[in-house]
Amino acid sequence: MNNIDNLKKYIVKDKLKLDCGKEISNFPIAYETFGELNEDKNNGILIFHALTGDQFPYGINPITNKEGWWNYALGPNKAIDTNKFFVISANVIGGCMGSFGPSSINPSTNKHYGSNFPVITINDMVNAQNFLLDHFKIKKLFAVIGGSMGGMQVLQFVSNFPNKADVAIPIACTASHSAQNIALNELGRQAIMADKEWDKGKYLENGKSPSKGLAVARMAAHITYLSKKGLQEKFGRKLQERDALKFGFDADFQIESYLRYQGSVFVDRFDANSYLYITRAMDYFDLTKQFNGNLSDAFKGCKTKFFIISFTSDWLYPTSENREIVIALNAIGADVGFIEITSDKGHDSFLLDVPDFLNSVKNFLNNSYKNIHEARV
Amino acid sequence: MKQEFKIISSLINKNSKILDVGCGNGELMKYILENISKNIRGLEISKKNVQECIEKGLTVIEGNAELDLGQFPDKSFNYVILSQTLQAFLNPEKVLYELLRVGKKAIVTIPNFGHWKVRVDLLFKGTMPVTENLPNEWYNTPNLHMCTIKDFVTFCNQRELKLTKSISLSGKKVSYIKKSNLSYKNLTSELGIFEIEK
Repeated sequence: MNNIDNLKKYIVKDKLKLDCGKEISNFPIAYETFGELNEDKNNGILIFHALTGDQFPYGINPITNKEGWWNYALGPNKAIDTNKFFVISANVIGGCMGSFGPSSINPSTNKHYGSNFPVITINDMVNAQNFLLDHFKIKKLFAVIGGSMGGMQVLQFVSNFPNKADVAIPIACTASHSAQNIALNELGRQAIMADKEWDKGKYLENGKSPSKGLAVARMAAHITYLSKKGLQEKFGRKLQERDALKFGFDADFQIESYLRYQGSVFVDRFDANSYLYITRAMDYFDLTKQFNGNLSDAFKGCKTKFFIISFTSDWLYPTSENREIVIALNAIGADVGFIEITSDKGHDSFLLDVPDFLNSVKNFLNNSYKNIHEARV
Repeated sequence: MKQEFKIISSLINKNSKILDVGCGNGELMKYILENISKNIRGLEISKKNVQECIEKGLTVIEGNAELDLGQFPDKSFNYVILSQTLQAFLNPEKVLYELLRVGKKAIVTIPNFGHWKVRVDLLFKGTMPVTENLPNEWYNTPNLHMCTIKDFVTFCNQRELKLTKSISLSGKKVSYIKKSNLSYKNLTSELGIFEIEK
Protein backbone atom coordinates (compact mmCIF):
# COMPACT_ATOMS: atom_id res chain seq x y z
CA MET A 1 0.00 0.00 0.00
CA ASN A 2 1.41 3.32 -0.98
CA ASN A 3 1.43 6.07 1.51
CA ILE A 4 1.77 9.83 1.14
CA ASP A 5 4.59 9.78 3.72
CA ASN A 6 6.69 7.68 1.34
CA LEU A 7 6.52 10.10 -1.60
CA LYS A 8 9.66 11.83 -2.84
CA LYS A 9 10.17 15.08 -0.97
CA TYR A 10 12.65 17.90 -0.73
CA ILE A 11 12.80 19.61 2.63
CA VAL A 12 13.30 23.33 2.20
CA LYS A 13 15.58 24.45 5.02
CA ASP A 14 15.53 28.11 4.02
CA LYS A 15 13.06 30.57 5.42
CA LEU A 16 10.22 31.61 3.16
CA LYS A 17 8.27 34.71 4.01
CA LEU A 18 4.69 34.26 2.88
CA ASP A 19 2.52 37.06 1.51
CA CYS A 20 0.29 36.78 4.58
CA GLY A 21 3.29 37.84 6.70
CA LYS A 22 4.03 34.46 8.31
CA GLU A 23 7.37 32.78 7.82
CA ILE A 24 7.85 29.09 7.13
CA SER A 25 10.96 26.90 7.02
CA ASN A 26 11.84 23.21 7.12
CA PHE A 27 8.85 22.41 4.99
CA PRO A 28 8.46 19.58 2.45
CA ILE A 29 7.86 19.92 -1.27
CA ALA A 30 6.78 16.66 -2.84
CA TYR A 31 8.07 16.31 -6.38
CA GLU A 32 8.73 13.95 -9.23
CA THR A 33 11.11 14.19 -12.18
CA PHE A 34 10.91 12.71 -15.64
CA GLY A 35 13.75 12.37 -18.14
CA GLU A 36 17.40 13.18 -17.52
CA LEU A 37 19.11 16.45 -16.74
CA ASN A 38 21.86 16.92 -19.32
CA GLU A 39 25.45 17.84 -18.53
CA ASP A 40 24.96 21.52 -19.32
CA LYS A 41 21.85 21.51 -17.13
CA ASN A 42 20.03 23.48 -19.80
CA ASN A 43 17.17 21.10 -20.60
CA GLY A 44 15.17 21.54 -17.38
CA ILE A 45 11.45 22.19 -17.54
CA LEU A 46 9.39 23.06 -14.49
CA ILE A 47 5.72 22.32 -14.96
CA PHE A 48 3.11 23.77 -12.66
CA HIS A 49 -0.12 21.96 -11.90
CA ALA A 50 -3.68 23.28 -11.77
CA LEU A 51 -6.06 23.44 -8.79
CA THR A 52 -6.49 19.70 -8.24
CA GLY A 53 -3.31 18.47 -9.90
CA ASP A 54 -0.22 17.05 -8.24
CA GLN A 55 3.37 16.02 -8.96
CA PHE A 56 2.24 13.05 -11.08
CA PRO A 57 1.53 14.38 -14.58
CA TYR A 58 2.86 11.22 -16.18
CA GLY A 59 2.56 7.50 -15.56
CA ILE A 60 0.45 6.11 -12.73
CA ASN A 61 -0.10 8.10 -9.59
CA PRO A 62 0.94 5.68 -6.80
CA ILE A 63 -1.61 7.06 -4.34
CA THR A 64 -4.68 7.15 -6.57
CA ASN A 65 -3.54 4.44 -9.01
CA LYS A 66 -4.91 6.68 -11.74
CA GLU A 67 -3.15 7.92 -14.86
CA GLY A 68 -1.21 11.16 -14.54
CA TRP A 69 -3.08 14.37 -15.32
CA TRP A 70 -0.92 15.34 -18.31
CA ASN A 71 -0.37 11.96 -19.90
CA TYR A 72 -1.42 13.34 -23.27
CA ALA A 73 1.18 16.10 -23.23
CA LEU A 74 4.10 14.66 -21.32
CA GLY A 75 6.24 11.60 -21.84
CA PRO A 76 8.71 10.10 -24.30
CA ASN A 77 8.22 11.65 -27.79
CA LYS A 78 5.19 13.59 -26.62
CA ALA A 79 4.68 17.37 -26.72
CA ILE A 80 6.90 17.76 -23.67
CA ASP A 81 9.38 15.11 -24.67
CA THR A 82 10.98 13.40 -21.70
CA ASN A 83 13.54 11.80 -24.01
CA LYS A 84 14.83 15.28 -24.55
CA PHE A 85 13.91 17.31 -21.50
CA PHE A 86 14.27 16.93 -17.77
CA VAL A 87 10.86 17.67 -16.32
CA ILE A 88 10.33 18.65 -12.71
CA SER A 89 6.82 18.58 -11.32
CA ALA A 90 6.06 19.55 -7.72
CA ASN A 91 2.96 19.54 -5.61
CA VAL A 92 2.13 23.14 -4.67
CA ILE A 93 2.32 24.20 -1.06
CA GLY A 94 -1.21 24.12 0.27
CA GLY A 95 -1.73 20.86 -1.63
CA CYS A 96 -2.42 17.39 -0.30
CA MET A 97 -0.01 15.12 -2.18
CA GLY A 98 2.90 15.38 0.24
CA SER A 99 3.84 19.07 0.09
CA PHE A 100 3.42 21.38 3.04
CA GLY A 101 -0.34 21.80 3.33
CA PRO A 102 -3.31 21.96 5.70
CA SER A 103 -3.20 18.19 6.22
CA SER A 104 0.46 18.38 7.34
CA ILE A 105 1.18 17.88 11.03
CA ASN A 106 1.97 21.02 12.97
CA PRO A 107 5.07 20.07 15.01
CA SER A 108 4.18 22.46 17.82
CA THR A 109 0.76 20.88 18.44
CA ASN A 110 1.23 17.44 16.86
CA LYS A 111 -2.09 17.97 15.13
CA HIS A 112 -3.02 18.60 11.53
CA TYR A 113 -2.83 22.29 10.65
CA GLY A 114 -6.37 22.33 9.26
CA SER A 115 -7.71 25.87 9.35
CA ASN A 116 -4.60 27.04 11.16
CA PHE A 117 -2.60 26.64 7.98
CA PRO A 118 -1.46 30.04 6.73
CA VAL A 119 -3.29 31.47 3.73
CA ILE A 120 -0.97 31.04 0.77
CA THR A 121 -0.76 32.75 -2.60
CA ILE A 122 0.37 31.88 -6.11
CA ASN A 123 3.49 33.92 -5.34
CA ASP A 124 4.21 31.74 -2.28
CA MET A 125 3.73 28.55 -4.34
CA VAL A 126 6.18 29.74 -6.97
CA ASN A 127 8.77 30.92 -4.44
CA ALA A 128 8.58 27.57 -2.68
CA GLN A 129 9.08 25.59 -5.88
CA ASN A 130 12.02 27.76 -6.85
CA PHE A 131 13.98 26.13 -4.00
CA LEU A 132 13.80 22.88 -5.95
CA LEU A 133 15.99 24.40 -8.64
CA ASP A 134 18.77 24.90 -6.09
CA HIS A 135 18.35 21.27 -5.14
CA PHE A 136 19.01 20.25 -8.76
CA LYS A 137 21.68 22.96 -9.16
CA ILE A 138 19.80 24.35 -12.15
CA LYS A 139 20.68 28.01 -12.71
CA LYS A 140 18.39 28.50 -15.65
CA LEU A 141 15.48 26.38 -16.78
CA PHE A 142 14.72 25.84 -20.41
CA ALA A 143 10.99 26.21 -19.87
CA VAL A 144 8.23 26.86 -17.38
CA ILE A 145 4.87 25.49 -18.46
CA GLY A 146 1.43 25.27 -16.91
CA GLY A 147 -2.27 25.49 -17.60
CA SER A 148 -5.01 27.22 -15.60
CA MET A 149 -3.60 27.84 -12.10
CA GLY A 150 -0.39 26.38 -13.50
CA GLY A 151 -0.38 29.20 -16.06
CA MET A 152 -0.73 31.77 -13.29
CA GLN A 153 2.33 30.22 -11.65
CA VAL A 154 4.20 30.49 -14.95
CA LEU A 155 3.44 34.22 -15.11
CA GLN A 156 4.38 34.74 -11.48
CA PHE A 157 7.58 32.71 -11.87
CA VAL A 158 8.79 34.72 -14.84
CA SER A 159 7.93 37.93 -13.06
CA ASN A 160 9.73 36.89 -9.85
CA PHE A 161 12.75 35.36 -11.61
CA PRO A 162 13.07 37.18 -14.94
CA ASN A 163 16.19 35.37 -16.10
CA LYS A 164 15.48 31.89 -14.89
CA ALA A 165 13.67 30.44 -17.91
CA ASP A 166 14.42 30.59 -21.63
CA VAL A 167 10.80 30.10 -22.59
CA ALA A 168 7.43 30.26 -20.85
CA ILE A 169 4.13 28.70 -21.88
CA PRO A 170 1.18 29.98 -19.87
CA ILE A 171 -1.90 28.09 -21.05
CA ALA A 172 -5.59 28.91 -20.57
CA CYS A 173 -4.99 31.31 -17.71
CA THR A 174 -5.27 34.91 -16.61
CA ALA A 175 -3.15 37.61 -15.03
CA SER A 176 -5.99 38.62 -12.73
CA HIS A 177 -8.65 36.26 -11.38
CA SER A 178 -12.04 37.47 -12.57
CA ALA A 179 -15.13 38.16 -10.44
CA GLN A 180 -16.86 35.22 -12.11
CA ASN A 181 -14.02 32.89 -11.18
CA ILE A 182 -13.91 34.16 -7.60
CA ALA A 183 -17.67 33.60 -7.43
CA LEU A 184 -17.37 30.03 -8.69
CA ASN A 185 -14.59 29.28 -6.20
CA GLU A 186 -16.65 30.77 -3.40
CA LEU A 187 -19.51 28.45 -4.33
CA GLY A 188 -17.16 25.48 -3.90
CA ARG A 189 -15.82 26.72 -0.59
CA GLN A 190 -19.28 27.36 0.79
CA ALA A 191 -20.34 23.84 -0.20
CA ILE A 192 -17.43 22.44 1.82
CA MET A 193 -17.92 24.69 4.82
CA ALA A 194 -21.67 24.04 4.86
CA ASP A 195 -20.96 20.34 5.38
CA LYS A 196 -21.18 19.72 9.15
CA GLU A 197 -18.39 17.18 8.85
CA TRP A 198 -16.04 19.99 7.89
CA ASP A 199 -16.07 20.86 11.57
CA LYS A 200 -14.44 24.29 11.17
CA GLY A 201 -11.56 22.60 9.39
CA LYS A 202 -10.78 20.16 12.20
CA TYR A 203 -12.29 17.10 10.53
CA LEU A 204 -8.99 15.21 10.41
CA GLU A 205 -8.56 15.56 14.18
CA ASN A 206 -12.07 14.44 14.85
CA GLY A 207 -12.26 11.55 12.42
CA LYS A 208 -14.76 13.25 10.16
CA SER A 209 -14.83 13.92 6.44
CA PRO A 210 -16.71 16.69 4.62
CA SER A 211 -16.93 14.50 1.55
CA LYS A 212 -20.47 15.58 0.63
CA GLY A 213 -19.51 19.24 0.54
CA LEU A 214 -16.28 18.55 -1.31
CA ALA A 215 -18.13 16.43 -3.88
CA VAL A 216 -20.61 19.24 -4.54
CA ALA A 217 -17.71 21.69 -4.90
CA ARG A 218 -16.11 19.36 -7.43
CA MET A 219 -19.36 18.87 -9.34
CA ALA A 220 -19.90 22.60 -9.68
CA ALA A 221 -16.29 23.17 -10.71
CA HIS A 222 -16.33 20.31 -13.17
CA ILE A 223 -19.14 21.96 -15.13
CA THR A 224 -16.98 25.05 -15.53
CA TYR A 225 -14.18 23.00 -17.08
CA LEU A 226 -16.43 21.85 -19.94
CA SER A 227 -18.32 23.71 -22.63
CA LYS A 228 -22.03 23.82 -23.31
CA LYS A 229 -21.50 22.27 -26.71
CA GLY A 230 -19.21 19.58 -25.34
CA LEU A 231 -21.75 18.65 -22.66
CA GLN A 232 -24.60 18.61 -25.16
CA GLU A 233 -22.70 16.37 -27.54
CA LYS A 234 -21.48 13.96 -24.91
CA PHE A 235 -24.64 13.72 -22.80
CA GLY A 236 -27.51 15.59 -24.37
CA ARG A 237 -30.65 14.53 -22.50
CA LYS A 238 -29.67 10.88 -22.47
CA LEU A 239 -31.10 8.90 -19.57
CA GLN A 240 -29.00 6.89 -17.16
CA GLU A 241 -29.75 3.16 -17.34
CA ARG A 242 -33.48 3.69 -17.62
CA ASP A 243 -36.07 4.00 -20.37
CA ALA A 244 -38.17 6.76 -18.90
CA LEU A 245 -38.05 9.51 -16.31
CA LYS A 246 -38.65 8.19 -12.78
CA PHE A 247 -40.33 11.32 -11.41
CA GLY A 248 -37.90 11.60 -8.53
CA PHE A 249 -34.52 12.99 -7.67
CA ASP A 250 -32.30 10.07 -8.53
CA ALA A 251 -29.86 10.58 -11.36
CA ASP A 252 -32.27 10.24 -14.27
CA PHE A 253 -29.92 11.91 -16.70
CA GLN A 254 -26.48 10.70 -17.68
CA ILE A 255 -25.00 14.10 -16.97
CA GLU A 256 -26.23 13.89 -13.37
CA SER A 257 -24.76 10.46 -12.93
CA TYR A 258 -21.50 11.62 -14.49
CA LEU A 259 -21.20 14.60 -12.16
CA ARG A 260 -22.04 12.48 -9.11
CA TYR A 261 -19.33 10.06 -10.13
CA GLN A 262 -16.81 12.88 -10.63
CA GLY A 263 -17.67 14.21 -7.17
CA SER A 264 -17.39 10.82 -5.51
CA VAL A 265 -13.99 9.89 -6.92
CA PHE A 266 -12.60 13.33 -6.18
CA VAL A 267 -13.18 13.09 -2.43
CA ASP A 268 -11.01 9.97 -2.28
CA ARG A 269 -8.00 11.83 -3.54
CA PHE A 270 -8.37 15.42 -2.42
CA ASP A 271 -8.35 17.15 0.92
CA ALA A 272 -11.20 19.58 1.54
CA ASN A 273 -9.02 22.11 3.33
CA SER A 274 -6.51 22.05 0.48
CA TYR A 275 -9.41 22.88 -1.82
CA LEU A 276 -10.23 25.91 0.32
CA TYR A 277 -6.64 27.12 0.50
CA ILE A 278 -5.76 26.64 -3.15
CA THR A 279 -8.93 28.24 -4.51
CA ARG A 280 -8.20 31.17 -2.20
CA ALA A 281 -4.72 31.48 -3.67
CA MET A 282 -6.23 31.62 -7.15
CA ASP A 283 -8.73 34.29 -6.10
CA TYR A 284 -5.96 36.42 -4.61
CA PHE A 285 -3.96 36.24 -7.83
CA ASP A 286 -3.78 39.63 -9.48
CA LEU A 287 -0.41 40.18 -11.12
CA THR A 288 -1.68 43.44 -12.62
CA LYS A 289 -2.41 44.85 -9.18
CA GLN A 290 0.95 43.66 -7.84
CA PHE A 291 2.44 46.05 -10.39
CA ASN A 292 0.15 48.97 -9.66
CA GLY A 293 -2.22 48.35 -12.53
CA ASN A 294 0.39 47.93 -15.24
CA LEU A 295 0.81 44.29 -16.17
CA SER A 296 3.68 45.11 -18.52
CA ASP A 297 5.78 46.12 -15.52
CA ALA A 298 5.53 42.54 -14.25
CA PHE A 299 7.74 41.46 -17.15
CA LYS A 300 9.98 44.50 -17.58
CA GLY A 301 13.49 43.58 -18.69
CA CYS A 302 12.68 39.90 -18.95
CA LYS A 303 14.30 38.05 -21.84
CA THR A 304 12.01 35.03 -21.70
CA LYS A 305 10.30 33.97 -24.91
CA PHE A 306 6.57 33.55 -24.31
CA PHE A 307 4.07 31.36 -26.06
CA ILE A 308 0.52 31.96 -24.87
CA ILE A 309 -2.27 29.52 -25.70
CA SER A 310 -6.02 29.77 -25.20
CA PHE A 311 -8.99 27.67 -26.33
CA THR A 312 -12.08 28.79 -28.21
CA SER A 313 -14.59 27.10 -25.89
CA ASP A 314 -12.89 28.00 -22.60
CA TRP A 315 -15.30 30.35 -20.81
CA LEU A 316 -13.50 30.10 -17.47
CA TYR A 317 -10.23 31.64 -18.71
CA PRO A 318 -11.41 33.01 -22.05
CA THR A 319 -9.20 34.07 -24.93
CA SER A 320 -9.77 37.74 -24.06
CA GLU A 321 -8.03 37.29 -20.69
CA ASN A 322 -5.13 35.41 -22.25
CA ARG A 323 -4.86 38.09 -24.89
CA GLU A 324 -4.44 40.74 -22.20
CA ILE A 325 -1.17 39.07 -21.27
CA VAL A 326 -0.10 39.14 -24.94
CA ILE A 327 -0.95 42.83 -25.14
CA ALA A 328 1.00 43.62 -21.97
CA LEU A 329 4.03 41.78 -23.33
CA ASN A 330 3.85 43.44 -26.73
CA ALA A 331 3.69 46.82 -25.05
CA ILE A 332 7.25 46.26 -23.79
CA GLY A 333 8.51 44.58 -26.94
CA ALA A 334 8.82 41.18 -25.28
CA ASP A 335 9.12 38.10 -27.44
CA VAL A 336 5.60 36.68 -27.46
CA GLY A 337 3.66 34.31 -29.68
CA PHE A 338 -0.01 33.56 -29.25
CA ILE A 339 -2.55 31.12 -30.59
CA GLU A 340 -6.17 30.35 -29.82
CA ILE A 341 -6.78 26.65 -30.39
CA THR A 342 -10.15 25.54 -31.75
CA SER A 343 -11.67 23.01 -29.36
CA ASP A 344 -15.14 22.13 -28.02
CA LYS A 345 -13.67 20.66 -24.88
CA GLY A 346 -13.78 23.83 -22.80
CA HIS A 347 -11.19 24.82 -20.21
CA ASP A 348 -10.18 21.17 -19.84
CA SER A 349 -8.84 21.20 -23.41
CA PHE A 350 -5.30 21.63 -22.15
CA LEU A 351 -5.51 18.30 -20.32
CA LEU A 352 -7.09 16.39 -23.18
CA ASP A 353 -6.12 14.95 -26.53
CA VAL A 354 -6.33 18.12 -28.63
CA PRO A 355 -3.81 17.52 -31.44
CA ASP A 356 -3.51 21.16 -32.57
CA PHE A 357 -2.63 22.16 -29.03
CA LEU A 358 -0.19 19.32 -28.43
CA ASN A 359 1.54 19.88 -31.77
CA SER A 360 1.90 23.59 -31.09
CA VAL A 361 3.55 22.97 -27.74
CA LYS A 362 5.83 20.30 -29.20
CA ASN A 363 6.91 22.45 -32.15
CA PHE A 364 7.44 25.50 -30.02
CA LEU A 365 9.55 23.66 -27.46
CA ASN A 366 11.66 21.77 -29.98
CA ASN A 367 12.28 24.80 -32.21
CA SER A 368 13.07 27.06 -29.28
CA TYR A 369 15.47 24.56 -27.75
CA LYS A 370 17.19 24.17 -31.10
CA ASN A 371 17.50 27.93 -31.58
CA ILE A 372 18.64 28.70 -28.07
CA HIS A 373 20.90 25.77 -27.21
CA GLU A 374 21.74 23.71 -30.27
CA ALA A 375 22.44 26.50 -32.77
CA ARG A 376 25.45 27.67 -30.77
CA VAL A 377 27.28 24.38 -31.12
CA MET B 1 10.87 32.04 -52.89
CA LYS B 2 8.50 34.51 -54.50
CA GLN B 3 10.21 37.38 -56.33
CA GLU B 4 8.12 39.78 -54.25
CA PHE B 5 9.64 38.43 -51.04
CA LYS B 6 13.16 38.74 -52.44
CA ILE B 7 12.56 42.42 -53.15
CA ILE B 8 11.02 43.05 -49.73
CA SER B 9 13.99 41.34 -48.05
CA SER B 10 16.44 43.44 -50.05
CA LEU B 11 14.90 46.61 -48.60
CA ILE B 12 15.54 45.58 -44.99
CA ASN B 13 18.70 46.41 -43.09
CA LYS B 14 20.48 43.66 -41.18
CA ASN B 15 19.41 43.05 -37.60
CA SER B 16 16.56 45.51 -37.67
CA LYS B 17 13.34 44.90 -35.80
CA ILE B 18 10.55 43.72 -38.07
CA LEU B 19 6.83 43.04 -37.86
CA ASP B 20 5.22 41.08 -40.69
CA VAL B 21 1.50 41.91 -40.67
CA GLY B 22 -0.54 39.15 -42.27
CA CYS B 23 2.51 36.92 -42.35
CA GLY B 24 0.62 33.96 -43.85
CA ASN B 25 2.44 30.66 -43.44
CA GLY B 26 5.64 32.47 -42.52
CA GLU B 27 7.61 31.96 -45.74
CA LEU B 28 8.94 35.51 -45.84
CA MET B 29 9.49 35.62 -42.09
CA LYS B 30 11.54 32.45 -42.17
CA TYR B 31 13.75 33.81 -44.92
CA ILE B 32 14.29 37.08 -43.07
CA LEU B 33 14.92 35.24 -39.80
CA GLU B 34 17.58 33.04 -41.34
CA ASN B 35 19.25 35.67 -43.50
CA ILE B 36 18.61 39.19 -42.31
CA SER B 37 17.37 39.57 -38.76
CA LYS B 38 16.49 37.35 -35.82
CA ASN B 39 14.26 40.09 -34.51
CA ILE B 40 11.10 39.42 -36.46
CA ARG B 41 7.49 38.93 -35.35
CA GLY B 42 4.36 38.09 -37.24
CA LEU B 43 0.67 38.88 -36.90
CA GLU B 44 -1.68 36.49 -38.65
CA ILE B 45 -5.45 36.03 -38.65
CA SER B 46 -5.65 32.39 -39.77
CA LYS B 47 -5.19 29.73 -37.09
CA LYS B 48 -3.93 27.26 -39.65
CA ASN B 49 -1.25 29.68 -40.78
CA VAL B 50 -0.27 30.46 -37.19
CA GLN B 51 0.20 26.71 -36.60
CA GLU B 52 2.43 26.49 -39.66
CA CYS B 53 4.49 29.45 -38.44
CA ILE B 54 4.97 27.79 -35.05
CA GLU B 55 6.14 24.65 -36.84
CA LYS B 56 8.75 26.81 -38.54
CA GLY B 57 9.87 28.18 -35.19
CA LEU B 58 8.55 31.69 -35.83
CA THR B 59 7.15 34.08 -33.24
CA VAL B 60 3.63 34.82 -34.38
CA ILE B 61 0.57 36.27 -32.71
CA GLU B 62 -2.85 35.21 -33.84
CA GLY B 63 -4.77 38.41 -34.43
CA ASN B 64 -6.49 40.83 -36.75
CA ALA B 65 -4.44 43.76 -38.06
CA GLU B 66 -7.48 46.02 -37.98
CA LEU B 67 -7.97 45.40 -34.26
CA ASP B 68 -4.68 44.26 -32.84
CA LEU B 69 -1.99 46.68 -34.06
CA GLY B 70 -2.97 49.05 -31.28
CA GLN B 71 -1.12 46.98 -28.68
CA PHE B 72 2.29 47.79 -30.18
CA PRO B 73 3.96 50.97 -28.94
CA ASP B 74 4.88 53.82 -31.31
CA LYS B 75 7.91 53.13 -33.50
CA SER B 76 8.56 49.78 -31.89
CA PHE B 77 9.73 48.27 -35.19
CA ASN B 78 12.17 49.45 -37.86
CA TYR B 79 10.02 47.91 -40.57
CA VAL B 80 6.42 46.80 -40.71
CA ILE B 81 5.65 44.62 -43.71
CA LEU B 82 2.22 44.32 -45.29
CA SER B 83 2.22 42.04 -48.30
CA GLN B 84 -0.80 42.14 -50.64
CA THR B 85 -3.28 42.62 -47.82
CA LEU B 86 -4.06 46.35 -47.75
CA GLN B 87 -6.92 45.96 -50.20
CA ALA B 88 -8.61 43.36 -47.98
CA PHE B 89 -9.10 45.62 -44.96
CA LEU B 90 -12.36 47.34 -44.08
CA ASN B 91 -10.42 50.53 -43.53
CA PRO B 92 -7.07 50.45 -45.39
CA GLU B 93 -6.31 54.08 -44.57
CA LYS B 94 -6.52 53.45 -40.85
CA VAL B 95 -4.37 50.34 -41.13
CA LEU B 96 -1.74 52.20 -43.14
CA TYR B 97 -1.53 54.90 -40.48
CA GLU B 98 -1.23 52.21 -37.81
CA LEU B 99 1.64 50.60 -39.73
CA LEU B 100 3.41 53.94 -39.83
CA ARG B 101 2.78 54.54 -36.15
CA VAL B 102 4.13 51.15 -35.09
CA GLY B 103 7.01 51.08 -37.57
CA LYS B 104 9.57 53.67 -38.57
CA LYS B 105 9.06 52.44 -42.11
CA ALA B 106 6.33 50.43 -43.74
CA ILE B 107 6.83 48.14 -46.70
CA VAL B 108 3.51 47.71 -48.47
CA THR B 109 2.85 45.69 -51.59
CA ILE B 110 -0.32 45.94 -53.65
CA PRO B 111 -1.66 43.89 -56.54
CA ASN B 112 -2.07 46.43 -59.34
CA PHE B 113 -5.64 46.76 -60.60
CA GLY B 114 -4.32 48.99 -63.37
CA HIS B 115 -2.36 46.17 -65.05
CA TRP B 116 -3.24 45.83 -68.73
CA LYS B 117 -4.59 42.27 -68.35
CA VAL B 118 -7.04 43.51 -65.77
CA ARG B 119 -8.08 46.36 -68.03
CA VAL B 120 -8.47 44.02 -71.01
CA ASP B 121 -10.67 41.63 -69.05
CA LEU B 122 -13.00 44.39 -68.05
CA LEU B 123 -12.92 46.18 -71.40
CA PHE B 124 -13.39 43.25 -73.77
CA LYS B 125 -14.85 40.44 -71.70
CA GLY B 126 -16.91 42.79 -69.58
CA THR B 127 -16.25 40.58 -66.55
CA MET B 128 -14.43 41.18 -63.28
CA PRO B 129 -10.77 40.34 -63.86
CA VAL B 130 -9.32 37.06 -62.66
CA THR B 131 -5.52 36.95 -62.93
CA GLU B 132 -2.60 35.25 -61.23
CA ASN B 133 -2.36 37.96 -58.60
CA LEU B 134 -6.14 38.32 -58.35
CA PRO B 135 -7.26 34.70 -58.50
CA ASN B 136 -10.72 35.05 -56.97
CA GLU B 137 -14.12 35.63 -58.53
CA TRP B 138 -16.09 38.75 -57.65
CA TYR B 139 -18.29 36.83 -55.22
CA ASN B 140 -15.54 35.23 -53.17
CA THR B 141 -12.70 37.72 -53.30
CA PRO B 142 -11.41 38.97 -49.94
CA ASN B 143 -10.40 42.18 -51.69
CA LEU B 144 -12.72 44.99 -50.67
CA HIS B 145 -10.67 47.98 -51.81
CA MET B 146 -8.76 47.23 -54.99
CA CYS B 147 -6.59 50.04 -56.26
CA THR B 148 -4.09 50.75 -59.00
CA ILE B 149 -0.47 51.77 -58.48
CA LYS B 150 -1.47 55.26 -59.58
CA ASP B 151 -4.28 55.34 -57.00
CA PHE B 152 -1.90 54.32 -54.26
CA VAL B 153 0.78 56.85 -55.22
CA THR B 154 -1.84 59.61 -55.35
CA PHE B 155 -3.24 58.46 -52.00
CA CYS B 156 0.18 58.71 -50.35
CA ASN B 157 1.02 62.04 -52.02
CA GLN B 158 -2.23 63.60 -50.82
CA ARG B 159 -1.45 62.59 -47.27
CA GLU B 160 2.19 63.65 -47.54
CA LEU B 161 3.39 60.13 -46.84
CA LYS B 162 6.90 59.74 -48.24
CA LEU B 163 7.35 56.96 -50.77
CA THR B 164 11.06 56.40 -50.21
CA LYS B 165 11.12 53.45 -52.62
CA SER B 166 8.60 52.51 -55.32
CA ILE B 167 9.23 49.30 -57.18
CA SER B 168 7.35 47.61 -59.99
CA LEU B 169 7.24 43.87 -60.44
CA SER B 170 6.05 42.31 -63.65
CA GLY B 171 6.68 38.61 -63.95
CA LYS B 172 10.30 38.41 -62.82
CA LYS B 173 11.05 41.91 -64.10
CA VAL B 174 11.90 44.48 -61.45
CA SER B 175 12.02 48.21 -62.14
CA TYR B 176 11.63 51.50 -60.31
CA ILE B 177 8.45 53.52 -60.48
CA LYS B 178 9.07 57.25 -60.98
CA LYS B 179 6.92 60.28 -61.55
CA SER B 180 7.90 60.21 -65.22
CA ASN B 181 6.94 56.60 -65.86
CA LEU B 182 3.99 56.28 -63.50
CA SER B 183 1.31 55.89 -66.19
CA TYR B 184 3.37 53.32 -68.04
CA LYS B 185 4.25 51.31 -64.90
CA ASN B 186 0.60 51.48 -63.91
CA LEU B 187 -0.14 49.57 -67.11
CA THR B 188 2.70 47.03 -66.98
CA SER B 189 3.20 46.23 -63.28
CA GLU B 190 1.52 43.24 -61.70
CA LEU B 191 2.64 44.29 -58.27
CA GLY B 192 3.72 47.55 -56.66
CA ILE B 193 6.18 47.45 -53.77
CA PHE B 194 6.49 50.61 -51.68
CA GLU B 195 8.66 51.67 -48.80
CA ILE B 196 6.77 54.38 -46.93
CA GLU B 197 7.66 56.83 -44.20
CA LYS B 198 5.51 59.37 -42.45
